[in-house]
Amino acid sequence: MSSTTFEAARALSAPSLSLSRRRLWRGGLQGSEFTWAIAFVVPYAAVFLAFVVYPVAYGLWLGHAPSLYTELFSDPLYLRTVVNTAIYLGIGVNLKMFGALLLSGFFMRRSWWTKGLLLIYVLPWAVPALPTFISIHWMLNGQWGLINNTLWDLFHIDGPGWLETSRWLALGSVIASHIWKWMPFWTVILLAGRMSIPQELYDAAAVDGATGLKRFTYVTFPLLANLYLICTLLSTIFTLGDFNSVYFVSGGGPALSTHVLATLGIRDAFQVARPDLGVATVMSALPLMIPLVIILMRKLRTTEVQL
Amino acid sequence: MSAVLTDGRTAQRRPRYRLRRNLKEAAAVALAVLLIVWTLTPIYNMVMVSLDSHGDVFTNDIWPAHPSLDSFWIVLSQGYWYLQYFWHQFGNSLYIGAATTFLTLLIGSLASFSIGRMRLKNGWLVSNAALLTYVIPASFLAIPFYSIMIKYGLANNLWAVIFAEITFATPYAIFIFQQYAVSIPIELDEAARIDGASPLQVYLRIYLPLMAPALVAVGTYALLLAWNEYLYQFMLLSSVRSMTVPVVLAQFLNSDEAPWNYMMATAIIYSIPPVAIYYAFRRRMTAGLTMGGVKG
Repeated sequence: MSSTTFEAARALSAPSLSLSRRRLWRGGLQGSEFTWAIAFVVPYAAVFLAFVVYPVAYGLWLGHAPSLYTELFSDPLYLRTVVNTAIYLGIGVNLKMFGALLLSGFFMRRSWWTKGLLLIYVLPWAVPALPTFISIHWMLNGQWGLINNTLWDLFHIDGPGWLETSRWLALGSVIASHIWKWMPFWTVILLAGRMSIPQELYDAAAVDGATGLKRFTYVTFPLLANLYLICTLLSTIFTLGDFNSVYFVSGGGPALSTHVLATLGIRDAFQVARPDLGVATVMSALPLMIPLVIILMRKLRTTEVQL
Repeated sequence: MSAVLTDGRTAQRRPRYRLRRNLKEAAAVALAVLLIVWTLTPIYNMVMVSLDSHGDVFTNDIWPAHPSLDSFWIVLSQGYWYLQYFWHQFGNSLYIGAATTFLTLLIGSLASFSIGRMRLKNGWLVSNAALLTYVIPASFLAIPFYSIMIKYGLANNLWAVIFAEITFATPYAIFIFQQYAVSIPIELDEAARIDGASPLQVYLRIYLPLMAPALVAVGTYALLLAWNEYLYQFMLLSSVRSMTVPVVLAQFLNSDEAPWNYMMATAIIYSIPPVAIYYAFRRRMTAGLTMGGVKG
């Protein structure tokens, strides 16, 4: 069902719905009821004002000077960070989401061991991020990490220093760690999406001769497309704000070459003690963020997808 | 005649069909093995380092030469100076988790009741504000948040972290509660109102009990969020007594001569509660995460 048909359905059912609502709180809330309703909303409004509006306004004020941005754009470290962020988002998000899409199909299998496998597979999501990223950090050590030890024991290959020598190896390791941590989550979401597709559709499609790949391209994907799009957009924003993967796996190294905007901002603010520059670094992602947020807010409001 | 022909054909086809099915099964098993190795390697590494009795990871083994549980005992008995306050810090993590869960559920359910059930005028403004907060990455707000907390006089205070976690957990709570509440008939509220119940009574006696599944899903989410979060705890908590376990872990990482088997043992002990909670409430949580599925 597309969102437009959904809107139409809602418009059709709207009059009766609002009627029943009006019966209850006739002509809007009255007297003490209104006071109650306001009182119920006040705690959240207070949290929102004190911890979202005020920090955002303060951040905008901190990062408003245009000179900060000219400073940023003449800094090679910042420019390299922007490239890293683009690679991180472009490759990381798409690999993760496409892998999740394929694996969710795999987990639809009805064999006895697939269920057990799913329980193991979601483990990275359940384990706190920080310990596992530290573990990955050591695992990838060039001299005594588990990966290189294994490579040596099995093939007598001297593995590279994954995080110490090359920017691309380190960035690749960070992206792989991010995928390791988050692909299970999105697989579970897409799996639930696939499970809610009624079996009759597949039966009908099978009668019409759609099997195998056609089954996926003509039945599954059109029905999953909207969910997949929302998940990808949401994941893009979450990945843009992902601090832990980069900070604990590569720490921005070697030689500050694998920072992303989220970690560089924190570094500027707390290690270089330039909070205004840190805020400016983060705010330079707004041209990407704002359109994403607008599309997402529309999608999340009009469709019943939940994350 | 034709029957014989088709019979002959199927007889020919059957082995090939079986072969293809076996190949598919073999490919599935290969993928499964690959997934298991991929998933478990970092976790295996954690366990391996924690079982090492020497604490130097400068070995070339892929299995510790003398595995022992000593490092776990050291952590539990706070037998190393880095871990002097381990139980206190673990308590801090628990306190933050519990307070975040409780307040997220309270604030979120009150707001969603007012907007969704009482139809507060302009309530959509509040739900839009919540939705907007949900899509702002927490790390982008960290720098001004830190300055603000100093202004509020909450620096190095556990409540600063609790407020931060609430800020980022409540939007999700409002979002889920509002969608879940649609499935509860409004007639129940009406009946209670006609019997003379006040809005508070409707909230306590009707709304909360019927929302139990959503409360469990969101509660688990909030608890895990607070337990997993690092950046805000690192920024806002600086003294040894106010630190939480993740902050201590990261400190280990930055000091050069830290015994890593102790650190990994700490990490494993810290990981056990969320994993247990996750597996206990897995179905509820997944249901909460995907209510509605692909209806869009």
